[in-house]
Formats: sequence, structure tokens, C-alpha cells
Amino acid sequence: MVAKADSTPSEQVHPLDHLIRTDRIPHIWCTGCGIGTVFSSCLKAMISSGIDLEKTCMVSGIGCTGRGAGYLNLDSFHTTHGRAIPFATGLKLGNPNLNVIVFSGDGDLFAIGGNHFIHGARRNIDMTVICVNNLIYGMTGGQVAATTPVNAKTTTTQSGNPDAPFNLPLMAWASGATYVARWTMLHIRELTACIEKALTRSGFSFIEVLAPCPTNYGRRNREKSLETLRLYRDKTIIKNNADPSELDVDFQKGVILGEFVDRERPTCIENYDRTCRAF
Amino acid sequence: MRPAVLTGEHYITGDEACAEGAMAAGCMFFGGYPITPATEVAEHMSVRLPEVGGTFIQMEDEIAAMASIIGASWAGQKSMTSTSGPGFSLMMENIGLAVCTETPCVVVNVQRAGPSTGLPTMGAQGDMMQARWGSHGHYEIIALSPSSGQEIFNQTITAFNLSEKYRVPVLLMTDEVIGHMSEKVVIPNASEIRTISRPKPKGRKDRFKLYQPAENGVAPMPSAGDGYKIHVTGLTHDERGYPVMTVEAQAEMTDRIVRKIRDNRHDIIMTDSYNLEDAEIILVSYGISARTSLAAMHMARSSGMKVGFLKLNTIWPFAEEKIAELAQRARAFITVEINYGQIHLEVMRSATGRADCHLVGHAGGTVITPEQVMAKIKEIY
Ligand SMILES: Cc1ncc(C[n+]2csc(CCOP(=O)(O)OP(=O)(O)O)c2C)c(N)n1
Ligand code: SF4
Repeated sequence: MVAKADSTPSEQVHPLDHLIRTDRIPHIWCTGCGIGTVFSSCLKAMISSGIDLEKTCMVSGIGCTGRGAGYLNLDSFHTTHGRAIPFATGLKLGNPNLNVIVFSGDGDLFAIGGNHFIHGARRNIDMTVICVNNLIYGMTGGQVAATTPVNAKTTTTQSGNPDAPFNLPLMAWASGATYVARWTMLHIRELTACIEKALTRSGFSFIEVLAPCPTNYGRRNREKSLETLRLYRDKTIIKNNADPSELDVDFQKGVILGEFVDRERPTCIENYDRTCRAF
Repeated sequence: MRPAVLTGEHYITGDEACAEGAMAAGCMFFGGYPITPATEVAEHMSVRLPEVGGTFIQMEDEIAAMASIIGASWAGQKSMTSTSGPGFSLMMENIGLAVCTETPCVVVNVQRAGPSTGLPTMGAQGDMMQARWGSHGHYEIIALSPSSGQEIFNQTITAFNLSEKYRVPVLLMTDEVIGHMSEKVVIPNASEIRTISRPKPKGRKDRFKLYQPAENGVAPMPSAGDGYKIHVTGLTHDERGYPVMTVEAQAEMTDRIVRKIRDNRHDIIMTDSYNLEDAEIILVSYGISARTSLAAMHMARSSGMKVGFLKLNTIWPFAEEKIAELAQRARAFITVEINYGQIHLEVMRSATGRADCHLVGHAGGTVITPEQVMAKIKEIY
């Protein structure tokens, strides 16, 4: 909270308040949840990037993270589960002057919506995709996700997850994303800087943010919120430009964070103009 | 580079007529996925849209196609997609999103025989009930059904106009036969084509409520980037567009999306009447089967039988008042459709026992012949 020196608490205004639908607060996120921190980092980056906020939209799918769009005091769209990217694709192609941000969960973007992610990146649609990866389906009460670590307990893998999780930056890189980064919600300064960069560059940008879900992941895997944050501090390695194939999320081995991909490629609209609209 | 309206006489397929109708209506965005027998609509749009500065995109599946046209609509564009049975099924969840968020858009279903992959290259009319309530929840929707290339052209324009006017997805239910058949289509001068665009909000932006209906029950609709700071959600929401998880909000929202269609049904429901005045038997049909029925009616009349024909151009909302009124005078209805009785059940419901209701239908793959209809007329006359 930043307050004027002479103000009473009720007059205090948070510097991000104008970007939040304060009439919708309290929000739904649990105590200790990491989503809110990522959301406010995103808001800070939106301000510091200097982009035209009147022309900025946020699109979410469904999930705890997907509720993000509903708290943003700008044009915002809360769509269907997994479909934020194709919705955002229509929005961007329908009005190329819009800045489009997709803010959604790992289940939304990579299980039910995985195919859309691949194709959004392949087409290099000019948008910033922020994925809060809490390793679980939060909203529906803690079922296994495509990002859940092997052996982790979830309500649908009560003896441990038999399957291997996705390496999201590797998938983004292979699909053609032109900007790829990963941080945890503890690395707020780096995260904000990367979101800011993603917002001001063109092309398909992807930022994965590891964040705790104490309610549905932590509790079942004997990991208190604070312990998750300790892992984020002690078991992460910052390594910009790391080889995408090394980027599995395995805290035993250490999880690599940083900016991994920053490359130029014509965007979907540039390609369309060049090939289809050149008469 | 050609203009949006290709004034003149053309000899084109129904699918191409559909694309040209969309162009004439002001469509600027098409998101689609190939499927027989609707592919030609997409192919034609891929050529035509860039000519007027519009955008065509082939998405990765029909779920994405449907999501993309809703997004484009909120970007301010008239948008559409086209598909057939399997793709129509995949679009259902997002058709519901468009209903709930009151998003104008047009979905064309060039019907083929189902269920499942069915007969991809052969026509049917088996998706009429899916058009009604294929997405979950209770809602009203608009569905039209043309029966020729010319009608496909005209009704595609009507579909856009109704969707813009009532902020609802409009389903254009054609079929493989008229979609693939080449016929003469006359495209009038641009100045003779009436197009409607969604109502835009006026007044103070800070007092604006996204779902506050105007007099006709439909709320004005801003686009993203207009400065209204809208929130659009598929959750149950109040007039501001904010999620509200209560029984009251659910009733209020559902009421609005249902009432705006029901209360304006006289503007939406279009039928054509043939020889109904003295008819003892009335054929009821739509789409390709309307042509069969018209021929059968002429055959019956020339052998002195008092047979009339009610052609349904709007399928949903259903012309139940018209049927109820006719049921007071006619002895029987024969519904002619390429399925095992979908609109037939609606006719029965609307006739409320006052007239006998019969069906001439089959499982699909070919048209119904006038002789098959005649046989039924003779049987019950
Ligand atoms: C088509 C469909 N299937 C299932 C659901 C139920 N559902 C809601 S959110 C969700 C998963 C959310 O997980 P994630 O995307 O990781 O977001 P989180 O809640 O963890 O932030 C599921 C399965 C749904 N809303 N729609
Ligand atoms: S369930 Fe998990 S992800 Fe959802 S709000 Fe609670 S802590 Fe956050």
C-alpha cells in the first residue's frame, strides 16, 4: 500500500487501483495463492510498458487463474475452458490495433487448450500469453494436470501421478513462439520486466510463472505455502538462453528460470498482408 | 480486386452464394475449418475477404473457429463460420458462449447425413433439433433454412441482420444438396441491399452497463478498444456484465436472452404460404425439402386435391402460432424433412391435437421425391 502521508486508511489508494474493478473485491483467490501476485505484476508491467491501456484487452479461459480477466478494469473477456487463445486470435485479427494479453492457468492453456497454444505460437499471433503454472487444477479441487510432477498426489492420482509433465517453454519454443520466459511469483521484479518486454514487442510471447496452490496442491503434497516459496528461492537457477530441453520442472534437480527465447519472425498479420492482401 | 457486392447474374453453387451473401452483408471476418460439404464456403471466403480488407483464417479445429468469430465480433467485425455435422457438434459450447455474452455472429451448417461421420458427401436435415438446443442450458436462438442458391444468398444477409439486431448467433441451416448445386443467383445493386449493424452505445462511458437492454430488449454493444472497459463473461452475470452466482441473477439473465427473441418473434419468424386458404391438407417443410413439397402440392392440386404448403424460412423460433391457427381449419399436416421427425414434433406440439400430423421423412443421403409426398397425401386424403 502506498498512501498519502496525511490520509486515513480508508482514503488510501493502491497505485494499481485504477486498473482493478474494486467493486468486485474481495476476489476469489485463497490465502497463500500465487495468482494474485502474478496478476499485480502483470498490471504493473501494463503501466510501466506505456502501452495504450484503452486499446488493451485481457482474455482468460476458465479456472482460478482465469478469473483474472474479471478483475481487470479494462476490456476483458472470460471465455470458455481452454479457448482463450482462439478467442484472442479473433479479437486481434478483428482489430490489429488492440494489445491482447491472455492470462490463464496451466490446465486451461496446455491440457484442454494445448492445441490452440501450439497453433497460436506457430502463427506468431501478436499477443502475450501469461500462464500461471500451479501444477494442478485449482478451481475444480485439485485434479492432476498436464504439468503435475510425477508421483505427486492429486484427487485423481491418489497414489501418485504416473505420467510425466510438460516442459512448457520447450513446447513454446518448438511451436514457434518468438519470446519465451519463465519465472516464479517470487521473482517479481524479473517477471514484471519480462511481461513489460513481452507487451512492447510484437509476436507470440509466452511467460510461464510458477505459483503455489496451497489449497489443492500444497495440502495434498505436504508442502506449506512458505515451503513452496523456499523451493522457488533455493531450488531455482537463473540461466538466460538455456537450452529449452533442459527446462523440465523438477525441484529435486533444480528448476531453470530466465528468458529463453527472443527472436524475430513476421507476425500472423504481417504474413497475411504480404501473401493474401497484396494486390 | 472486386467489391463486396458482386452485382449481376451468376451461375454458382449454394456454398458460393452463401459466401457472396456474407460479403454483401458486410462480413469482415471468417474463422473456419474444412469439412464436406461446407468447405467451399470457406474456400470462397478465403479469396473474397482479403479483397475488401477483411480477414480469413483457417483455425486448428471448429472449437477454435467458433471462439475466433466471437472474439472478432467483440473487435467490432461482422463474423461468421461454416461447417457441417461433426464440426457443428464441436462448436456447441462456444455457440452457448455467444448466446450468453449476446455476441452477434453467423454459423452456417451445410447439413450432411449423420450421426457421426455419416455420409459426408450426401445431404440430410438431421441437425434441426441440435440447432435448437445443442448447447447446454436454456436459451433462444435464431435458425434460418434456405431452399435454393438465391435463398441462401438472401438468407445469409438476413442472418447477419438478425444477429446484429438481436445480438445472438444466427444459424443458417442449409444442406449438401443446395450447397453443392449450381443455380442462377441474382445479386442486386449494393444500394438495394439492406444491412443492419449492431446498436452502438451512446452517452457517458462511466455510466454504461453492458447488458442494459434498450426498448426492444437488446442492449447496445461497444467493441473492445472503444473505451467502455467492458467485462464479458460466460458466467451468469448482471447488467454490468459482472458474474453473480445467485438464483435471481440466473433468472434475470436467462429471461433477457430468452425474451429478446420471444418478444420479437413476429419480426424474426418468416414463412411463405401457398394455397393455404382452402387447404384440407397442409405440407410443412423447409430447405431442400421445401422444393419437393412445392412440387408435390402442384401435383395434388392438378388432381383436384385441396393441398396447401407452409414453407418455413425461419426454423427457430418456431412458427407455432401460425401452425396453431392453421390447425383450426386444416384436417392434417404433413411435415416433409430429411430425418425421422424433428420439425414434425414441433408441428405436432403446435397443432395441439386439432389436426392430424404426419411425417414424410427418411434417414438422409438423398432428397425426398414429390412422389413420396404424393403417396402420403393420397393415403390420408
Ligand atoms: C469444457 C469444460 N470442462 C471442464 C471444466 C471444469 N474446469 C473448470 S476450471 C478447470 C481446470 C482449471 O485448472 P487450471 O487451468 O490449471 O487453472 P487453475 O484453476 O489451477 O488456476 C476445469 C477442469 C469446464 N469449465 N469446462
Ligand atoms: S484453489 Fe489454489 S489456485 Fe485456486 S485460488 Fe485457491 S490456492 Fe489459488
